[in-house]
Amino acid sequence: MPKLKIYLERENKNKSVIADNIQEALKKLNINPTTVIVTKNNELVTIDSKLSSKDKIRIIPVISGG
Amino acid sequence: MPCKNCSINPVIQLTNSNIKLCKSCFIRYFEKKAFKTIHQFNLIDKKDEIEVAISGGKDSLSVLNLLNKLAEKRMDIKLTAILIDEGIKGYRNETIKDAKKFCKNHNIKLNIYSFKEEFGFTLDEMKNKLKARPCSVCGVFRRYLINKKARELKVNKIATGHNLDDEAQAVLMNQFKNNIQVSARLGPLTGIKRNPKFIPRIKPFYLLTEKEVMTYAFLNRLTGKYIECPYESESFRCDVRDFLNDFEQKYPGTKHSIISSFLEILPLLKTKYESSKIKTCKSCSEPTSSEICTACEIRKKLKNVNYSALKYRASFS
Repeated sequence: MPKLKIYLERENKNKSVIADNIQEALKKLNINPTTVIVTKNNELVTIDSKLSSKDKIRIIPVISGG
Repeated sequence: MPCKNCSINPVIQLTNSNIKLCKSCFIRYFEKKAFKTIHQFNLIDKKDEIEVAISGGKDSLSVLNLLNKLAEKRMDIKLTAILIDEGIKGYRNETIKDAKKFCKNHNIKLNIYSFKEEFGFTLDEMKNKLKARPCSVCGVFRRYLINKKARELKVNKIATGHNLDDEAQAVLMNQFKNNIQVSARLGPLTGIKRNPKFIPRIKPFYLLTEKEVMTYAFLNRLTGKYIECPYESESFRCDVRDFLNDFEQKYPGTKHSIISSFLEILPLLKTKYESSKIKTCKSCSEPTSSEICTACEIRKKLKNVNYSALKYRASFS
């Protein structure tokens, strides 16, 4: 399984996670998939999208800021 | 699995189904559903003049984007935008920039009003003075100003970016707090019969989830940098939202079910509670359910705090 560097927009920080796809990564980060959208190399993708260690992953919260 | 319609990489899997859609199919799906909501609940009539209440965030800019597309097709409706600057340091000033940029690019008139100019204090200052939950004070003053200014601007509808998640949260909040009469004021179209001073409000995203709205906003480049309101975590809504999202993840379709069942009982709630008499505030003449409206009650408290502070300071001089 690839080691991924994931940028969390809400926390404004990067985290490293070992996962095959986005669903798995979100589970390891304890993030509810209904509360975020995810981009892979700046393209919006669904949570079953396969990942490699070269991919740039960004997790964006869907909730309004207030 | 590719897009259901065109075998391109999907950007979203729709809630409660296995359907996946690519960028262009999703935007078509989203706009069709919003226009269908407008038609189904008769949200927009011929020659409507609509004030879109925006914050610069993804929900309100998305609804403004959608209604602007409609206004380009239907020359009989007119759009303006209104933004309330509550005075939240490090937060609202950022979203105002996004709102101004969007309105300038789309040639939409933007009217900005602030708590400071209208009530004498920013929300930050009110929070310190009143020692109250800022969200409830903010909500009261925002609704008050949006309605009052809509009348002054002579529009006949107010559009907001409220989505299915917002409404499901509101339904649950009212249940949890035994405020069922407040739920009678919810729905995709509100404020029609109660009082001529209330401008009807429409919610074109009533049947679209927050995730769908965010996806639409992202694909249309309507999202700025993520900024969170500093008071967000202090709200009751925030707890209900987290609870509902956990439930949705475990039991997909929960939010849709809440809204479907709510729409079934809404006519009964309206019949029961909307006949209650609306009074005129003795202080500001705005519509209210009591003698003095909540906005004036808060203003009175703000004045008293000021007066007490002056007296306290005077006792040391």
